[in-house]
Amino acid sequence: MTTETTHETDIVGRGNRDGAQLFRDWFAELGQTAEKGDQSAYVFVMGSMNEILKTFDLPVVFPEINSLQTAVRRVAGDFLSEAEDYGYSPDICGYVKADVSVQLRGGEHPMGRIPKPSIAVLTNACNTYVKWAEIWERMHGCPMFTLDVPGTRQAGTQTWPGDPDFENDRRYVQKQTQELIALCEKVTGKKFDIDKFREILGYANAMSVGWKRVIEANKATPAPFNALTDGTIFLGVANGFRGTKEGADYFNDLVEEMEYKAANGIGALAEEIYRLVFIGVPCYPIFRRFNELFSEWGGSFINSTYLWFASGGSNLGFEYDLNKPLESFAEGTLISVRDAMDSMFHQDRMLVDMVDEYAVDGIVYHPIKSCRTVSTGLADSRGYFATKKDVPSLFVESDMMDSRVISEAQMKNRIDAFFEGLASRKQQAAIAGKEG
Amino acid sequence: MAYAAGVDVGSTQTKAAIVNEDRELIATALIDTGSNVIVAAESVFEKALKSSGISNTEVEYVIGTGYGRYRVTFGNDQVTEISCHGRGAVHMFPNTRTVVDMGGQDTKAIKVGETGEIEDFCMNDKCAAGTGRFLGAAAAALELSLDELGPTALRYTKPVKISTTCTVFAESEVLSWLGKGKKVEDILWGVHESIATRSAGLMRRVGIKDEITFTGGVTRNTAMVQALEERLDKKLNISDDSHYMGALGAALFAMDRIMASRQPHAVAEAAK
Repeated sequence: MTTETTHETDIVGRGNRDGAQLFRDWFAELGQTAEKGDQSAYVFVMGSMNEILKTFDLPVVFPEINSLQTAVRRVAGDFLSEAEDYGYSPDICGYVKADVSVQLRGGEHPMGRIPKPSIAVLTNACNTYVKWAEIWERMHGCPMFTLDVPGTRQAGTQTWPGDPDFENDRRYVQKQTQELIALCEKVTGKKFDIDKFREILGYANAMSVGWKRVIEANKATPAPFNALTDGTIFLGVANGFRGTKEGADYFNDLVEEMEYKAANGIGALAEEIYRLVFIGVPCYPIFRRFNELFSEWGGSFINSTYLWFASGGSNLGFEYDLNKPLESFAEGTLISVRDAMDSMFHQDRMLVDMVDEYAVDGIVYHPIKSCRTVSTGLADSRGYFATKKDVPSLFVESDMMDSRVISEAQMKNRIDAFFEGLASRKQQAAIAGKEG
Repeated sequence: MAYAAGVDVGSTQTKAAIVNEDRELIATALIDTGSNVIVAAESVFEKALKSSGISNTEVEYVIGTGYGRYRVTFGNDQVTEISCHGRGAVHMFPNTRTVVDMGGQDTKAIKVGETGEIEDFCMNDKCAAGTGRFLGAAAAALELSLDELGPTALRYTKPVKISTTCTVFAESEVLSWLGKGKKVEDILWGVHESIATRSAGLMRRVGIKDEITFTGGVTRNTAMVQALEERLDKKLNISDDSHYMGALGAALFAMDRIMASRQPHAVAEAAK
């Protein structure tokens, strides 16, 4: 075995292996927290405020991730039914209902026991977050803190540092983060440690910069990772370990792996024929199968809006200025969470900008029954995109949790027809190229 | 002379079509799908062969389509009915740019290019509202055969509005209108209008471009044709073989494969 081969064996696949291990470690720690009855913070992927909460040594629980894990492990149906028996409508967000069941079961979850919340922190990035946290407030009597992040007023009108509107928004966010710090001091009985906060911001910086580079590595052909399957593992670490040394080390390694694969032509798919972008939230109840329906045709997901908004916008690679941590944290939160919202609501413009750079062959829109936030507007967004770029797209509806509204046969029919269209298009382009 | 066949295994009926190398439709066949999809595919193919007068061995390539396309065990390949209906419709009506296919359990709106390639499509999702099954439920409630639906509905004078979108509840709604003394033809026309409205909605989602070709089993229902034309305010292309459009498209794709195999070098070069 050559040195090069040894290196490749060590490096290729490391992100998935290490990511899965970190994920298990995280849930094991949450289990210990639950057993000991220690404090924890419930947070969300779009604006987790991990940096502040970790400064107070609060383990973070992401109920969205807990819920999707029930679907991946094919037990979501039991959890959804229990919440529906309790009184929730089938039309309510599946993530909320699975979490309600976890709470009703005293934290019982397929990954281990989930601790009760001592505080719930949320942003306005998803309107359901507010109603969801109110459930915990009632169930557990914990305080909830809503961080109101000013979003983009109108598509394409983001303001940036130095602009008076931006500075007003930044101050608004900073004032709220200071309120959050005061609340955390009250909940934990600890004083806020600015040096520890600065150290955490440094790790978060390494992760954000790494995440941006990882995503950009997929400009290579073939794409080194699958944005849907591998990307979801990376997202787990990006969220759960944000602001930690383990997280920073992980993303340093991941950058090395993805850039190595890109440089050496090692793709996520053995034969990448179609480069696709995924819009929305994955179909977790048939997570692997859903991807296979595309990969069997040589379709590889090379990017996804999910990687953008479900990482809280850290894909932008924003770096905090450690010399002015509070001010810079507010600035980074504003820019990143705003971008996460834009990824859901104005992704059409982002797609227009990226299709050429990533050599995209097709877009897959995946509206889901139980999430109005990410699904409303997708049809119109698709229509807008179609006026700007001649790139075919597929609209395939299902759910991220509820297998009752997923019909694999119907889904396959649509996906097969989409690829038949792509194949015909490719063939015609080839013929036109020869004739031209 | 080379022959190719398409077998369209739908949820309700299975259709077969055979074309010659001039891409002329030389035979069709139709049977109820029943519970054994494999047998249905074999039977309909045999029936089409019998009608064409050619033997099994003369058919060089067979493509399966429809929901049961992977159960056409004697087939050489599979293509979705979405592509097949598009291809068949453009073959039969070359100016077709929008196809509406109404089958037993789904309705599709398909936008096609000049050669029948799929530009976009849209289907009813996980619900049989607006499909042939919806008509079937109404027929059952009114104790009519499917063939009687169209002529009966066209005798309407004061149509009722069917508000439900659920195929199961449609039956109850039909019965409730009967209970209120409404005439069968008025209720039935309401059912047709309801389906036409939903189908037109699907078509608008992909963008309606002239000409529009109507395909699938429901094309035989004259009231459905009229209801759709009124809703769209456009004339629809329909032929006696519209029911076989999916099978025809599959047969045409099969003939493409035969022709391509005779020019392997040219095809490989074009794809490079």
